[in-house]
Amino acid sequence: MQLAPARTVRIAAAPGRAPLVLTWRRMLPSYALAAGLTCLVALVAIGWGTVRISPLTTLAILLDHLPLVSTGEHAPTYDAIVWQVRAPRVILAGMVGATLAFSGAAYQGVFRNPLAEPYLLGVAAGASVGATLIIVSPLFITAGLLSPLPPAAFAGALIAVGLAYMLARTGPVVPATSLILAGVAVSSVGTSVVTYLMLEYNTRTLAILNWILGGFNTASWTDAGIALPYMLVAIVVILPYARILNVMQLDEDQARQLGVDTERTKLIILGAASLATAAAVAVSGLIGFVGLVVPHGVRMMYGPDYRRVLPLSAFFGASFLIIADLIARTIDPTFEVPIGVITALVGAPFFLFLLRRQQRYGGARI
Amino acid sequence: MTLRIRGLSAGYPARPVLDGLDLDVARGELVVLLGPNGCGKTTLLRAITGVLPARAAAIILDGQDLAAMKPRRLARRVATVAQASALPERFTAFECVLMGRTPHLSLFQSEGSRDVAAVRAAMERTGCWDLRDRLADELSGGERQRVVIARALAQEPRLLLLDEPTSHLDLQHQVETFRLVLDLCRDQDLAALAVVHDVTLAATFADRVALMSGGRILACGPPAQVLREDLLRDVYGVAVRILAHPVTGRPIAVPETVHLAAPDIAWLERIADPDAVLEDSPGREPHPAVPLPDVAQPPPAVRLPVQANKGVPR
Repeated sequence: MQLAPARTVRIAAAPGRAPLVLTWRRMLPSYALAAGLTCLVALVAIGWGTVRISPLTTLAILLDHLPLVSTGEHAPTYDAIVWQVRAPRVILAGMVGATLAFSGAAYQGVFRNPLAEPYLLGVAAGASVGATLIIVSPLFITAGLLSPLPPAAFAGALIAVGLAYMLARTGPVVPATSLILAGVAVSSVGTSVVTYLMLEYNTRTLAILNWILGGFNTASWTDAGIALPYMLVAIVVILPYARILNVMQLDEDQARQLGVDTERTKLIILGAASLATAAAVAVSGLIGFVGLVVPHGVRMMYGPDYRRVLPLSAFFGASFLIIADLIARTIDPTFEVPIGVITALVGAPFFLFLLRRQQRYGGARI
Repeated sequence: MTLRIRGLSAGYPARPVLDGLDLDVARGELVVLLGPNGCGKTTLLRAITGVLPARAAAIILDGQDLAAMKPRRLARRVATVAQASALPERFTAFECVLMGRTPHLSLFQSEGSRDVAAVRAAMERTGCWDLRDRLADELSGGERQRVVIARALAQEPRLLLLDEPTSHLDLQHQVETFRLVLDLCRDQDLAALAVVHDVTLAATFADRVALMSGGRILACGPPAQVLREDLLRDVYGVAVRILAHPVTGRPIAVPETVHLAAPDIAWLERIADPDAVLEDSPGREPHPAVPLPDVAQPPPAVRLPVQANKGVPR
């Protein structure tokens, strides 16, 4: 007996049948799946550490903190570990990962450039300058609720992006290429300022470096509360533009001739994405690679439609950064590895794996 | 009258291109813009779509001023097919044509069955429905241009603008594309304005030809009236012969033949010989200016060396 050769075949629509149109409703199952996966990852990550707590116990403790829900008595040490230490850290990592990946996808869509990432327009450099100025100033309070670091980093990031946008502007239009170049220039200025301050105030060098490398070891519910509104605003503002972002993948002239107000769309999407990225950087420092790699991974697995790429980037970005943070805090019990090291170390090979897999299947959608 | 342009001036800040241009295009009519590079043909199309702001103009389509319209409203009335339009990677042909529905959808709307029906009608009309599941970046040039025309049709426009739609296509696809555009004009009652470089192609399909030069329209009318030898020589600066098509009688434009003079033949034969020592050649220009021959007595035809390019130092 002969077996049919096993191979993947793209299911073509029956003759005369129109292909299915991707609408938000048709994509809900994939969102639900990704959201469920992200929650599962978060639950496992909260339970993991020097003290292991099972996901079920973790869930019970977390639910107990919701208003009007009671899941019985829990050991106070477990409760403190879950609610005070790990939950804010994991949730903040998830929020920052979601924000960076979502903003990265939006940036790549607007610039039609696969190398675009949320730090492109100077967010990272601006935030570093803001944070560094605070660290070297007498204002510097090591950490805590009233630390002026997040607001300073946030302001620095927004000033840098605004500067890049204004420098790139020629009359009524802001050409994408000029914007990228202006972002590069602003970033270089920011980086040189930070380098100078690091050397000038050499007693604070380690503190500056610590902030730049980023991480979640000081994460608190306050940090999560700071970042949440910006993240939600970015998602609510950008998500309706997903279909327009598809059209923007044509060149700008064609998009305009299809009735897209390209200048306004660019301003709105980049503004919202930069705002959220600035907030994420302000509470976590500079964490690279998430905003670049995650959207590409999503695109390779689920195709180029931004109605899929944007939400799924947020979910997978959250999972990715939660896992990276988990590795960073557990791989060596005596020492916490900077999370940026993990994101690059895990992200780059995974990205190459996806790239090769895509080439093998001839670019077909998987 | 569908499209009525009066006194259109437009251009770039440093360089005004169009200078008080008037043009009318009627419904069901294909008007072709002809003219040398830089005379403002593409600028005219871009000014109509509002991509390039017009400085002083009345651009009226069906009684409505296009210049005052928001981009989305304008895109429901005017569709553009550019030369070799790039299509985004990894989107299917169907999804690309579906993008033509953009001006009909508000920000929070998704495509519905009406949009799919419009896309299907457009793709069937342009003969690319069978390509619907193919990836757009894997299509051939001719297939891609049909997808782009289908996308323009899916906008359900009243005016179709074409900017050198066939400049990257072979002869068969050139003819098919223009046949299609002309048919669309007729049976969908579209007005079409096309920029074309091939004078003969323009004469074959255009209802009217508008000959442009220096930001103005010099002459506009049926091909046989506009495509005159004197006008074309003035506009393009080369001597052109107008012949009649043996079947349709429409004009065919051919440049007056330039024959190579005898010394150049010797030079070509010399560089065609791989053993020739080129350093020995007297320092002459590789492309000498050749005086136009006396047309009454054409010089005898010469056989060019077949491998004329071999051995040319690069």
